[in-house]
Amino acid sequence: MPVAIECRDLRKTYEGKVEAVRGLNLRIETGECFGLLGPNGAGKTTTIEILEGLLQATSGYVSIFGHTWQENDRELREWLGISLQETRLSEKLSVRETIELFASFYREPRPTDEVLDQLQLREKADAWVGKLSGGQRQRLAVATALVGNPRILFLDEPTTGLDPQSRRQLWDIIRGFQQHGGTVLLTTHYMDEAERLCDRLAIVDHGQIIAEGTPEDLIARLGGHHVVEFEASNNHSAAAERWRGLPGVEGVRQDDGLVCLTVREPHRTIPALLDAVEGQGGQLEHLTTRQASLEDVFVKLTGRHLREE
Amino acid sequence: MSTVQQIREKPSSPAPVGALQNGRWSGFVHLLDARMKELRREPEVVFWVFVFPLLLALGLGIAFRNKPADTTAIAVVNGPEASRTLDLIRQSGHESAIHADVLDRAQAMKGFRLGKYNLVVEVDSAGAFKYVFDPARPESVLSKSEVDDVLQTAAGRHNPLSTSSEVSSEPGSRYIDFLIPGLIGMNVMNAAMWGIGFAIVDMRQRKLLKRFVATPMRRSDFLLALASSRLILMILEVGLLLGFGVLVFHMRVLGSVLVILLIGAIGALGFAGVGLLTASRAQKIESVSGLINVVMMPMWIFSGVFFSYERFPAIIQPFIKALPLTALNDALRATILEGASLAAQSSRMLVLGIWGIVCFMLALRWFRWT
Repeated sequence: MPVAIECRDLRKTYEGKVEAVRGLNLRIETGECFGLLGPNGAGKTTTIEILEGLLQATSGYVSIFGHTWQENDRELREWLGISLQETRLSEKLSVRETIELFASFYREPRPTDEVLDQLQLREKADAWVGKLSGGQRQRLAVATALVGNPRILFLDEPTTGLDPQSRRQLWDIIRGFQQHGGTVLLTTHYMDEAERLCDRLAIVDHGQIIAEGTPEDLIARLGGHHVVEFEASNNHSAAAERWRGLPGVEGVRQDDGLVCLTVREPHRTIPALLDAVEGQGGQLEHLTTRQASLEDVFVKLTGRHLREE
Repeated sequence: MSTVQQIREKPSSPAPVGALQNGRWSGFVHLLDARMKELRREPEVVFWVFVFPLLLALGLGIAFRNKPADTTAIAVVNGPEASRTLDLIRQSGHESAIHADVLDRAQAMKGFRLGKYNLVVEVDSAGAFKYVFDPARPESVLSKSEVDDVLQTAAGRHNPLSTSSEVSSEPGSRYIDFLIPGLIGMNVMNAAMWGIGFAIVDMRQRKLLKRFVATPMRRSDFLLALASSRLILMILEVGLLLGFGVLVFHMRVLGSVLVILLIGAIGALGFAGVGLLTASRAQKIESVSGLINVVMMPMWIFSGVFFSYERFPAIIQPFIKALPLTALNDALRATILEGASLAAQSSRMLVLGIWGIVCFMLALRWFRWT
């Protein structure tokens, strides 16, 4: 498969001091949905805006379908659909007028009605943008990106601040674009979004990629697919070693009094855990098990939560 | 949309048959159309651009209308000779032109200080008349000579020369005739500065500029569309103010309307350049609002909108004449009031053109799209 987006050793330093991106490499294949996952301030927006040709990198190489931004800016833009993190479209224009305005910039845009149907904005076609809900505005932002019939869709935090239903609607739209052969690059700080939507993703922290792979890969690297969380009355610092010795435990993490064990087989670990707590005269105050998530991967890699800060 | 986009079959291209095909000017046409729609849907714009200048013209036109027979108000200090003074005025036949109140000395002086009276007349015990007047107030000086003339004539002075006067207050020489071209000029400046400067910073703040440059939109089309929307509005504004002056104040427009609109267009584009430069880097609406006011302030004062700039000292006249609004106002007045040709205005158009082009070039260098 040809490479859709490539960047090598990308760096961006703001005003000579703030290093937003510190040597980032990416290779995104055509037809992939690729996610940049990371906390706020990790350098995701800076990275995606450099790839979009909106921001000049301090150093490094960027190519889109083998072309650099220096070669032919306008020609490249015909291939891209972009939704920025925050754009306030003109409130006094209708949804249809807004889409038609954006369509007019492209050589061969899609019919406005088709895009209205795809984004489920048909009944709002004549409503002013100022009257739309958050989810509708976000769908309109994606509509303005899709109307140019792009080969790559760039989405910067597409579902931030949306209700669950609006988020699912957008996910369906993004998947639909991908099923028709489109390539997607999105940034998000929602791990569930990254997990469900992305074929591959890169976890970004402090302007660098700290892990890259399919969501399953990344989770598998934790060692276990399950997380057992519990609180015990006799949990003290020395206990950590004891938990590690339990059968099937791959990792131990203390999180605010809560003990998180990443385990391979919960059915073997849990009985042993119950025995161990009881055997030491302690009491279990809380116990849950769940599937390991990208959040666990991020916490393991950085010691911080995604949504902190 | 159908006027710009046409169905075209392209069997050789991967695009589906019947795909839309946009022409070279599609982006420009849509940008201009969107801009005009937005302006039309903004009630404030309609008020500031169209209603406010008319209200201003109406208010000032009424306040400074030429009163048919100007009366001058004077105070006569109460005393034994006060009634004789009033009698003299009454006998003179100029009673309607002089309004006299008899007051105590203190009250008369107070009224004089406050500008209620132009002159205080006092007669001392010896029967000599004394005038209290202020040489810095033209109406006070006028009043003194007028009252003196009336009193002397009534008291029996013989005028050795035979004279007669004829009244002339033709349209073309009144204050409103001076005012309307000035208001047109000011309006062209205001609208261009706000319409370009404010709109750009607003779009920059909303990240809409950034969103636009993320598409294949030509940046020149965007600027051209903004300038074109200004030109369309300028024609409406100039037409409205001129029509208002003609209908309400019976103003006479001596120059050709085409030349007036052409001068307006050059003015609008010149100020569009200034507005673009003002807005080239500002990130916040608050900061650009301040900048626009700072840029326009000297021109409100010096460029002869409400009164002639000849009143300013000769030493700053070259500076005043170099201001774009001075050039625009002078050109508009010469055309509207004197019927001057466009060729006669070439030096003023040059001033406007230089301002516009220099500002535009600088703006392009410094302009921030993101």
